[in-house]
Amino acid sequence: MTTQTIQPGLTPFTIASRTLTSRLFVGTGKYADFPTMQAALDASGTEVVTVAVRRERLYNERGESLLDFLDTDRYTILPNTAGCFTAEDAVRVARLGRELLDQLGNPGASWVKLEVLGDKKTLLPDPVGTLEATRELAKDGFQILCYSSDDPISAARIKDAGATAVMPAGSPIGSGQGILNPANIILCLEALKRGDPTYPVIVDAGVCAASDVSVAMELGADGVLLNTAIAHATEPVMMAHAMRKACEAGRQSYLAGRIDKKLYATASSPFEGAISYIPGE
Amino acid sequence: MRITVNNDPRDIPEGTTLATLIHDLGLDAAPCAAEINKALIPKRNHQDHQLNEGDTIELVTLVGGG
Repeated sequence: MTTQTIQPGLTPFTIASRTLTSRLFVGTGKYADFPTMQAALDASGTEVVTVAVRRERLYNERGESLLDFLDTDRYTILPNTAGCFTAEDAVRVARLGRELLDQLGNPGASWVKLEVLGDKKTLLPDPVGTLEATRELAKDGFQILCYSSDDPISAARIKDAGATAVMPAGSPIGSGQGILNPANIILCLEALKRGDPTYPVIVDAGVCAASDVSVAMELGADGVLLNTAIAHATEPVMMAHAMRKACEAGRQSYLAGRIDKKLYATASSPFEGAISYIPGE
Repeated sequence: MRITVNNDPRDIPEGTTLATLIHDLGLDAAPCAAEINKALIPKRNHQDHQLNEGDTIELVTLVGGG
């Protein structure tokens, strides 16, 4: 009897020269407290966590720092440019993030999760600013994981501008609306992977439930990036577990090859030999 | 002389270096990145970088984010 592989298909993948086992990228924001964040990150199985770059609080009453609760030997830290509405600011913040990660000696030092936002209400990306910042940061040697809309033309332009990975949004950041337009995610995947099947495409933003992660992975995404869905769940650690399993299940479901959808039913048990009355026969 | 640190005006002695400012603010134990007048100053240069009247300084670190 042969031993069956427990998790067929869950092979490592490579992004920005790093080989990762987990395809889940998890944010560190909005948790009730740092110990909960720490436990949730552990439960998610993630190997890459996003962080933000912000002013030092010169008068910090609590004295707690994110870095006291983040194992920088375990995780690749992916600094973001969240809160930037111009290419110029995003480039500044990316360089500050690289400087901080350099000081930590973390492999995420050359990485940036690039966001150039259009407005505060939707947090949708500004396509022009995103392209300008991508070009500038690519020249500066960054590995750019770029937040994008789910428009396949924008996504392709961002890749052409030098992004290491494109991360189309399922729906607006933190909205919990899930994957609003699966057809566009498929078009993004086609546009980005044409002639380049290993090009990383990560669905970023809007994910709410484990099923959203599975849907993204079943469409053929290489990974999913999420934050609020775990941080603001009633039980963040349990949700982190669910997201991990959903990501793995979705990947396996994609690789296993789903059946085609049909309008009519197809019986699983044979009619041949049935002793019952069968209408129409 | 007067400088601005993280949007707050602050008076410092002439000849203060960036490294001294960061130390005096108690920020030298953890990673801290510095920008002066929108130009990044790498940590290796903090010791030698003298601050000037009117400098606008941003001192940043990593916080939770998505």
